[in-house]
Amino acid sequence: MIIGAGIVGNCLAGHLTRLGWTDLVLLDKGPLPNPGGSTGHASNFIFPTDHNKEMALLTLESQRQYVDHGMNNTCGGIEVARTEERMEEFNRRMTSAKAWGIEASLLSPAEVKELVPFLDDSVILGGYYTPSVSVVDSLQTGTLMREEAVAGGCRVFANTEVLDIETEGGAVSAVVTDRGRIECQHVAIACGVWSPRIAAMAGATIPLTPAVHQMADVGPIDILQQSGKEVAYPIVRDMDTFCYERQSSGSMEVGSYAHRPIFHHPDEIPSNEESALSPTELPFTADDFDPQMEQALELMGEILDTAEIRYAINGLLSLTPDAMPVLGECVEVRNLWSAAAVWIKEGPGIAQLVAEWMTHGYPHLCDPHTSDISRFYPHERTEHHIRARCAEHFNKTYGIVHPREQWASERGMRRSPFYAREEALGAVFFDARGWERPQWYTSNEALFADYPQANTERPHEWDARWWSPIINAEHLAMRDRVGMVDLTAFNEFDIEGPGAMSALQYIVVNNVDVPVGRSIYTPLLTPHGGFRGDLTILRLAPDHYRVITGAFDGGRDQYWFRKYLPTDGSVTFTDRSQSLCTIGLWGPKAAAVLAKIASPTALHTGATVDVSQAAFPYGTCQDLLIDGIPCTLFRISYVGENGWEIYTRMEHGLRLWDTIAAAGQEFGIVPVGMGVYAVTGRIEKGYRLMGAELESEYDPVEAGLARPKVKSADFLGKQAYLAARAAAEAEGPAATLCTLRITDHASASGILRYPTGGNEPICTVDGQRIVDAKGRVSRVTTAGAAPSLGCYLLMAYLPPQYAVEGTELRVMYMNELYPVEVARVGSQPLFDPDDTRMKS
Amino acid sequence: MRVLVCVKRVPAPGAKINVTADGLAVDTAFLGFATSPHEECAVEAAVQLVEQHGGTATVLTLGPAEAEEQVRYAASVGVHDAVLVRTDGSDWDPQRTARAIAAAVADLEAQGGPFDVILFGNESADSGGFQVGIRVARALGRPVVNGAKRIEIGDGSVRVERPTDDGVDVYALAMPAVVGVKEGINLPRYPTMKGRLASKKVTVTVVDPVDQPGGQRLVSLHTPVEAASATRILGEGPGAAPAVVDLLIEIGVLQ
Repeated sequence: MIIGAGIVGNCLAGHLTRLGWTDLVLLDKGPLPNPGGSTGHASNFIFPTDHNKEMALLTLESQRQYVDHGMNNTCGGIEVARTEERMEEFNRRMTSAKAWGIEASLLSPAEVKELVPFLDDSVILGGYYTPSVSVVDSLQTGTLMREEAVAGGCRVFANTEVLDIETEGGAVSAVVTDRGRIECQHVAIACGVWSPRIAAMAGATIPLTPAVHQMADVGPIDILQQSGKEVAYPIVRDMDTFCYERQSSGSMEVGSYAHRPIFHHPDEIPSNEESALSPTELPFTADDFDPQMEQALELMGEILDTAEIRYAINGLLSLTPDAMPVLGECVEVRNLWSAAAVWIKEGPGIAQLVAEWMTHGYPHLCDPHTSDISRFYPHERTEHHIRARCAEHFNKTYGIVHPREQWASERGMRRSPFYAREEALGAVFFDARGWERPQWYTSNEALFADYPQANTERPHEWDARWWSPIINAEHLAMRDRVGMVDLTAFNEFDIEGPGAMSALQYIVVNNVDVPVGRSIYTPLLTPHGGFRGDLTILRLAPDHYRVITGAFDGGRDQYWFRKYLPTDGSVTFTDRSQSLCTIGLWGPKAAAVLAKIASPTALHTGATVDVSQAAFPYGTCQDLLIDGIPCTLFRISYVGENGWEIYTRMEHGLRLWDTIAAAGQEFGIVPVGMGVYAVTGRIEKGYRLMGAELESEYDPVEAGLARPKVKSADFLGKQAYLAARAAAEAEGPAATLCTLRITDHASASGILRYPTGGNEPICTVDGQRIVDAKGRVSRVTTAGAAPSLGCYLLMAYLPPQYAVEGTELRVMYMNELYPVEVARVGSQPLFDPDDTRMKS
Repeated sequence: MRVLVCVKRVPAPGAKINVTADGLAVDTAFLGFATSPHEECAVEAAVQLVEQHGGTATVLTLGPAEAEEQVRYAASVGVHDAVLVRTDGSDWDPQRTARAIAAAVADLEAQGGPFDVILFGNESADSGGFQVGIRVARALGRPVVNGAKRIEIGDGSVRVERPTDDGVDVYALAMPAVVGVKEGINLPRYPTMKGRLASKKVTVTVVDPVDQPGGQRLVSLHTPVEAASATRILGEGPGAAPAVVDLLIEIGVLQ
């Protein structure tokens, strides 16, 4: 059952049909072909360049599908700049265009005017031109896909309202409409702005809000009428005023993302009958649009001055808290799928992706990591949060958003017990899905006296934004002495019961049948053998495992475990993330600090704790007391130093922090932020991160995470994994994850530049993008300083001909090429390659 | 010449109109607001009259503070001055409305001289009382014609054409006069972007109404039952042609 016959629902019906689904029903509350949702009033243009890989790939795939249907009208598009900052952003867009293989060029104001003669080139500084920008017919494309589905057996019901979604045993069972009840095994919600309302009928959440995008159609305009075409001139995006001008036959559509955020509630959208135009074309609030009109007149006064405002709407579209779509199976109800918060430009591609997901258990088109509905934590699913975040990012629709940009709203939502201490130490907090995590501590500025080499400036403001050289100093102090890191944002899931081991064997790749007290670092695979997760599991007792995973993947991982754990009562799942806090204690002096404060849980007279590697080996865990606080210690490291992750109950946290800080004082202990943990310490060790290096498009062989042997037990993705291993054995992997070193940071203008790590393409020496045999482009997955190595590192997958240590290549950054050298092929760390420090 | 055009803020027509639970008002939750269509034509007629004959056009409305939106709209298509006779937004019957407008017009005329022509819409889009223009004319002692589809200014008089079932009535009214304009008299222009921005700068004169209760009271509003229409399928494809021809003959399109 697919609910909603807009671009997404229609294309989903078509793609499911192509994948072999025959017993399909597509329904919509409104009439066909335009049921009155956002598709019906969309401006229908596609600007393909996006800094986000997932969105770029989905947009390009969608555009390809519009072409296949003969519904893609290529007109070109120009983003124009009124500020120097925007001109710099265009260099970044040129770089992303290079990454995704999109033809693009920078234009002078005069060149812009050549293409758009009615534009006043005196108000702009330049343009970013993409010849492949197009206008598509989303209604007709939807109609064609729907007809394809009907030919394959899909039944279509227009003017049919959904009244309820019934569930049984936690899964969907039927949809009740005003024309009857239909039993179904799967329900896909493709209802755009109404999606939360429909999901709520089943007890599920789809976190989005209907929001207004204002648009006015003005005309008639002679020069446009004379063109005799729907779109004869390139679409202009006036980026610094957040508005666009798009020809629509004889008139011009002026659209805005600059007005105040205007939100509606999904339950308070008029019906078709109650709407003068359509439910998603609400009455225009002219006052909100006036400033945009003035700006439009500045740019195109020549033609817009006397053009009449003939049609103007407050059009509704869907916004989500992080501006990405909401896709996949709802976490609350099995077989209830969300295909929501999707715009025209990515609709057909996303429909294919969701169809693949429903069919194969995970999409093949690309990793839906940043669109996955299970990414949201409970507080992120509330209307309060959705509106606050959407209000913040709405005006950034055309904004310049830094890869490390931090949210200003909804901060302080989750705080570790150490927060007060961290604040006193001058922590600069970054948001991690609600958690406040210190990125660095300004109190550590004093470390520059001991580590003057750390104090490297980044001369370009963009490279230095949301960054501090203090991170380097914390890094060196940790490597030199000892550091303590707040890791409370970790998620801990306890999986217990007689069926725990066999259940986990099926979900994860590596063998979980290890002695109690040992750990398992393992990928989770998709059915087709790509990365679905990457985490660590502790075996705390024969029937008790604890899964530890990061803040950014906690929601996704929880969903995955709960989906695949048996429901026969043999296993229980407990989310302990809210009851446990964690401190990482790492560095050459970590053992000395711990020895001072740790004692056995069972106190015998004179009992002491032996924290040597012999008594407490790397990769194992033990329960100990620290100053009387019951703790679980796990000897492991993500930063390449000897030490522990120390877990205790939330209420003991502050005492634990103070105890460690006091004990560490004589060893020069420093608080260390995530700048070290997640970037510098990690990249020196070549550690991979889910969502960066590890994505469903890559497998463990390519990521350098394949173990010598594969366990005998069956597990998710095993067949594909075995096939990938066999193929790699025979002909080598199509790409291998490598670490590269920038050998010259100087830009053409002589400024030293430091790539931020936002999909910058790795190029050949002559500047050609590199694409592997599977069509994947080589791009930067992580970038960061390596203070202990005295260089700046990048991680990227490279095809075999380039995955050779010493190979000279280029990285494109801000539209310039910088020389890089392949420093490491595979997972062996550049720093302390044999892991001597961690295991000593 | 001086032209006054009177307009009313009404829920934008075109959608199903819901009534509030107490039955005393239109539920405007989903509705935009507009000027009644007949009055949009009256505004256009006023603008055209001063374009042809010179002078100024003034727009006046009686309504809540939000009705400023409607007088600014008139300003955005070429009206020069705007007056808002501000009420608390409650329902005013035609008598009460007309008295307040007549008093406001008298004040305006005392300050700026008489209006040669005062234009109304034939009737409002919401209550459709067909009364206010006539009542204002009577209160001011001026001739009035409703249903105007053509207005021409002559020497001291205004010539008004009003179609009837079998022809056109032509009236000559001595100025100052009042005319009720009917939709179709012209095609109202849309505001230009420039006009919209200029309208923001127009000063809206806000005056308190002279409030003399009328004799009509709103008891309750009902949504009329929609007349059901039956669709008869004459056939499909070329085979339907004879039935279509028969029908066209039946209704007199073909002979």
